Amino acid sequence: MTTTTNALKFLYAAYIATWAIHAFYISTLVRRFSRLRRELKESGKPAL
Amino acid sequence: MKRLFPILSAITAALLAYALYQALVVAPTDAQQGDVYRIIYYHVPSAWTAFLLFFINFIASIQYLASGKDSSRRAAKWIVIAVGVLGVVVTFLPQVKAQLVSTGMRPSAMATTVLCIPAFYFLVGWLFPGDRLDVLALTTAEVGVVFCTIVLVTGPIWAKPVWGIWWAPGDIRLTSTLVLWLIYVSYLILRRFSNSAQTQMLAAALAVFGALDVPLVYFSIWFFRTQHPQPVIGGGGSMDPRMLHTLLISWMAFLCFAFLVCWSRFRLELLHREVEAVHAMKSLVGKDRVPVGTSLPLSRRPQ
Repeated sequence: MTTTTNALKFLYAAYIATWAIHAFYISTLVRRFSRLRRELKESGKPAL
Repeated sequence: MKRLFPILSAITAALLAYALYQALVVAPTDAQQGDVYRIIYYHVPSAWTAFLLFFINFIASIQYLASGKDSSRRAAKWIVIAVGVLGVVVTFLPQVKAQLVSTGMRPSAMATTVLCIPAFYFLVGWLFPGDRLDVLALTTAEVGVVFCTIVLVTGPIWAKPVWGIWWAPGDIRLTSTLVLWLIYVSYLILRRFSNSAQTQMLAAALAVFGALDVPLVYFSIWFFRTQHPQPVIGGGGSMDPRMLHTLLISWMAFLCFAFLVCWSRFRLELLHREVEAVHAMKSLVGKDRVPVGTSLPLSRRPQ
């Protein structure tokens, strides 16, 4: 078992990693949304 | 619907903040592991959410595969009902019941889980008719992979201070989870890069086989000796009620979050298909040199 301070680093690392993965995925969704909306606008059809 | 999304987002944000407060402040410290055990409040709810999403993907894939013909749709419906009934009956057979109890599982919980198969099957078929089943399958697979990635990242971060190693090679829970992740990543790669007309069918078939790994992952700690700890719920393990409360709050928060992400991804896929349809129409018009909306029959269009 590691020391408390060291263990806390692992705890925060896990929480930060979780939100970093979610943030990355959501940013890819936002990018894809804006690209598709732009394409649809250029084609002259209103977006959803 | 436009108003519902921000309202649900606000509720989810509040729930996530409350779950974080519970996890870091309210939940008691574990006597053996200290504070590092608090990773459980992100690791376990992410795993449960991923399993649920893969299960929905499985149901949607079966529905999609069966939707080709009326006869196959009817056959699938009766097979699913039979699976539900047989599953419940088998669970309460004396030998099976004794075996389940000896491994720490509750037969009633097992029967409820089995009954979820027909319930989800009919619910998904009713809510997502036609091609939307395929959109649902793609959505749940992608979001499920994100949650499974979190499980595979937070697991080793938790293992290092507790076990002294990042990964236990050969451990069936860890290996089967990695295999599950690889199967669904290959599913997404197939969906992304294959242009065949059969892609959706092939992907649905792959998803059905991939989903077979989910029970193996889930039940592996009951039936095999592994480095991974035994289950704390429904497996004969014990957990402080405050810890259990925090775990369930975290799961609820992650479920709401997953629902919102799936909703966004579902809409994105619909938009993507609409753009594809517009492009296809444009290329068709460009090829035939006929403006959109023309009523000329094909035989009379200029060559």
